[in-house]
Amino acid sequence: MDGFRDGTPIGLGYFVVAFTLGIAAKNVGLNPLQGFVISLLNNASAGEYAAFMVIGSDAPYFEIALMTLVANARYVLMSTVLSQKFSPDTPFYHRIFVGFDVTDEIFGISIARGGKWLNPFYNYGAMLTALPGWSVGTAFGIIAGNILPTSAVSALSVALYGMFLAVIIPPARKDKIVGGAVAISFVLSFLVAEFLPFISAGNRTILLTIIIAGAAAVLYPHEEDDS
Amino acid sequence: MIHDINVYILVASAVTLAIKILPLTLIRGEIKNRTVRSFLYYVPYVTLAVMTFPAILHATQSPLSGGLALIAGIAAAWFGASLFQVALLCCSVVFAAELFI
Repeated sequence: MDGFRDGTPIGLGYFVVAFTLGIAAKNVGLNPLQGFVISLLNNASAGEYAAFMVIGSDAPYFEIALMTLVANARYVLMSTVLSQKFSPDTPFYHRIFVGFDVTDEIFGISIARGGKWLNPFYNYGAMLTALPGWSVGTAFGIIAGNILPTSAVSALSVALYGMFLAVIIPPARKDKIVGGAVAISFVLSFLVAEFLPFISAGNRTILLTIIIAGAAAVLYPHEEDDS
Repeated sequence: MIHDINVYILVASAVTLAIKILPLTLIRGEIKNRTVRSFLYYVPYVTLAVMTFPAILHATQSPLSGGLALIAGIAAAWFGASLFQVALLCCSVVFAAELFI
């Protein structure tokens, strides 16, 4: 029940952000049911947004696989971290169900919990609000996005970027290397978009992520045991 | 549109679920390689930064309002505003700015 309590603000926030994600989904041709399904199964803002960019450019199927892989690569790390948080005698199916809804926020609250082992039912409580908030929110965005006035859609369409900023800026302030990587990402992304416009937005994200994060990892290996 | 949206959704979902579930179920020991761990650590920040800029400038009716939202969002997140607050602030800035543009 603690999970449900901690998950409620997450679910509400998800609904609003997912609504704006629904607007992006509608622009590339998804119907409300498709939006509901992709959000229920993915529950990932950046990953889904990246997927919509690929769908919008009608790119080959392998590109959406690669794009989703890169945009969601952080969940490999989170899922790996969580794998260490369950006691060895936790049944296998609990690991599958918890893995089903690893998100930045649910990962955040699970890790913030004290104690040596994590109870999977804590995650299930949080998922009870997070999953409907996200998937129904996306479907609503697709349905209602076009009945809103242009000025409201224009305003809401930056909510997603606001959320991204809220994820990247605090660590960028705390860790100089992350800050530098974020600044370089902004600059190179702008330059590539401006001067190499034939590279699609999806490919730009994949290329720059591998180059910049790769260079940072080799030049400035991250010191462990914080976060 | 020559590709099927449902196939796109299927592929994206399969990849996402594999990413989220496989490490949790398969990895019992710890990843030791420092470079791999560092790479995974930096990836989310770079990916999100690349996707935010310059895209935010083109998301709004005018690049100026998007730019103002970017600056406001960075400032608010810098001073510790929550995810929800930053998103709300960015929307408000765009809405207010476009009343005048």
